[in-house]
Amino acid sequence: MLEVKNLSVSINGRKILDDLDLTVRDGEVAALMGPNGSGKSTLSHVIAGRKDYMVESGDILLNGESLLDLEPDVRAAKGLFLAFQYPIEIPGVATLTFLKATVNAQRKRRGQEELSTPDFMKRVKAAANKLKISQEMLKRALNVGFSGGEKKRMDILQMALLEPSFAILDETDSGLDIDALRVVAGGVNALRAPGRGFLVITHYQRLLDYVVPDTVHVMAHGRIMRSGGKELAVELEKSGYRDYNAEPAVA
Amino acid sequence: MAAVQETVDRVKAIDVNEYKYGYCFDIESDKAPKGLNEETVRFISAKKNEPAWLTEWRLGAYRRWLTMTEPRWARVDYPKIDFQDIYYYSAPKTAAGPKSLEDVDPELLKVYAKLGIPLREQEALAGISPDRRIAVDAVFDSVSVVTTFKEELAKAGVIFCPISEAVHSHPELVQKYLGSVVPTTDNYYATLNSAVFSDGSFVYVPPGVRCPMELSTYFRINEQNTGQFERTLIIADKGSYVSYLEGCTAPKRDENQLHAAVVELIAHDDAEIKYSTVQNWYPGDADGRGGIYNFVTKRGDCRGANSKISWTQVETGSAITWKYPSCILRGDNSRGEFYSIAISNGRQQVDSGTKMIHLGKNTTSRVISKGISAGRSQNTYRGQISAHRKATGARNFTNCDSLLIGNSCGAHTVPYIESKNPSAQFEHEATTSKISEDQLFFCMQRGLSAEEATALIVNGFVRDVLQQLPMEFAVEAQKLIAISLEGSVG
Repeated sequence: MLEVKNLSVSINGRKILDDLDLTVRDGEVAALMGPNGSGKSTLSHVIAGRKDYMVESGDILLNGESLLDLEPDVRAAKGLFLAFQYPIEIPGVATLTFLKATVNAQRKRRGQEELSTPDFMKRVKAAANKLKISQEMLKRALNVGFSGGEKKRMDILQMALLEPSFAILDETDSGLDIDALRVVAGGVNALRAPGRGFLVITHYQRLLDYVVPDTVHVMAHGRIMRSGGKELAVELEKSGYRDYNAEPAVA
Repeated sequence: MAAVQETVDRVKAIDVNEYKYGYCFDIESDKAPKGLNEETVRFISAKKNEPAWLTEWRLGAYRRWLTMTEPRWARVDYPKIDFQDIYYYSAPKTAAGPKSLEDVDPELLKVYAKLGIPLREQEALAGISPDRRIAVDAVFDSVSVVTTFKEELAKAGVIFCPISEAVHSHPELVQKYLGSVVPTTDNYYATLNSAVFSDGSFVYVPPGVRCPMELSTYFRINEQNTGQFERTLIIADKGSYVSYLEGCTAPKRDENQLHAAVVELIAHDDAEIKYSTVQNWYPGDADGRGGIYNFVTKRGDCRGANSKISWTQVETGSAITWKYPSCILRGDNSRGEFYSIAISNGRQQVDSGTKMIHLGKNTTSRVISKGISAGRSQNTYRGQISAHRKATGARNFTNCDSLLIGNSCGAHTVPYIESKNPSAQFEHEATTSKISEDQLFFCMQRGLSAEEATALIVNGFVRDVLQQLPMEFAVEAQKLIAISLEGSVG
């Protein structure tokens, strides 16, 4: 379970998140929608532990434990995963090498035994097949020269292998054509499980046709303005975000 | 930004004193009097019982050296060296000359065991398949102490011995080739080396022979205030092949120690020489105290048609590195290669690169250089590619990448390109990058610590070059890269 409590965050003195509250329960898929600049990506980065931001007040709890003082790699080992809006290229590092290094780094930190190469390869092959990722692609340097869709699929592959207890997808649908979107959504749906929560950040209803959310939250001006069920996303698709662009009325 | 700050903080706290090979051994030594004059040169020559021509050759170099001035064009900065404050010859007392292993001082064997260099052939054989064996020539301060696998190499006709021995056993070869690639007049340090060189390896591979194992020399400076001036000469006769590895370490000292080596390679028609170096001399401490001044002249001559010389180097040590392994592409269709990883940390200064001199027709060369700067170090790539007017069809490809870690280091690229033949094609690519916060954050989000992430990114950066190293060396080099960067990342 992910709990964000009264979180206020600024960067260079500018407030981005303003007393934000958000709870996503185990097994729940929550969609986070909102106009550009509403603070959605900042929220995902702050949860994952990026240091460019100043947390002024509030807390972030994963399964009841505060994450705020932990390094990003420690948060990852505790089960947090972030699929990037723009997955990063690592030249010269074969994708397989990277996958194995990350899987084993997390296992080591959790006190589990490292996976043997045959075991690891078995898991990679099975997961890669589901995402239509070829063996050839696994040998190439991570994300280097990959198309937008390939990069997103590669991120989902990492999620499948790392088996997080909570995953944030930051605009995973951006830049995907409809076929790639289906593959990626299929990958996400396959990982839906009672013990695993998702926060799906998106501008559009489109992704939510394939990954059907349990709850929808609308964010603007650094806080959650409205929450509801999946029908809220449909409504937003029709009306747009114009109701949320104005400064919030003083309560 | 915060992580960059942290990187900088860690770099500031870097303890270069972690140098792994920093122990000094208490070995009794036999030294020439301190300082340099004709007497010193004669002393060294006499110690080695050299023929008159070689003594004269040395003296000629010494007189020439007196007329020369230290080169100052490199991007390195160090106090003036007092050449009279150095011992030019030091030999372990018990190893007055090259010997069989049984005669080697057990103390010396212990030194090499601690350094991880197997000198006993039976040890070297244990667990290693026959085609992966390595013959070792160990040079301690100024003399070669032992050469392994000599007999087996002799069966194949390969001569592998200390150069001081070759002077006596194969004088015609030494006299013919010594100084034929790097003449005694070449440059300040090479000329100094010609005057006072102490020992080093000699290799001759006869026509048509593929050397049955890797040859390796392991250099160790132990004695205080002692310069090491080794001289290596490798000749690959027609149609032969040899792969040669060189490794170097030195103890930690407060003073700087001078190392000025010369390596000459000669490849005749259809011959190939592959020369790999893992250089890990003591780099000095965090404040730049101590460390080796490494002023080395390495040059290969592709003398014959279709010959090939390939230099691969992993440079992680030395306070100052001044080194440009080069190829003279004289034979038609000959090929020169230079693959380099140069890592600098702490206060190290590196000015290194290569020269590819295209003289023959359809000669080709390839230069891949990867420089990594961390701490407060300065790392310069300096390369010259030239085509003579007769070098029709000459081609070069150069790729020169620099990676910066932290905000206090520098990377510089200085390419010189000269073509006097309109058909020559030279390509030069260069990039400079930093390990980005995005890359670090991404790797850490997937579970890698900052150090693991940096090591992974750096290994990716140098992969093209690591692949060129013989397997044993590649593993060693990979570990060395991790050690060199320890403490440099947040």
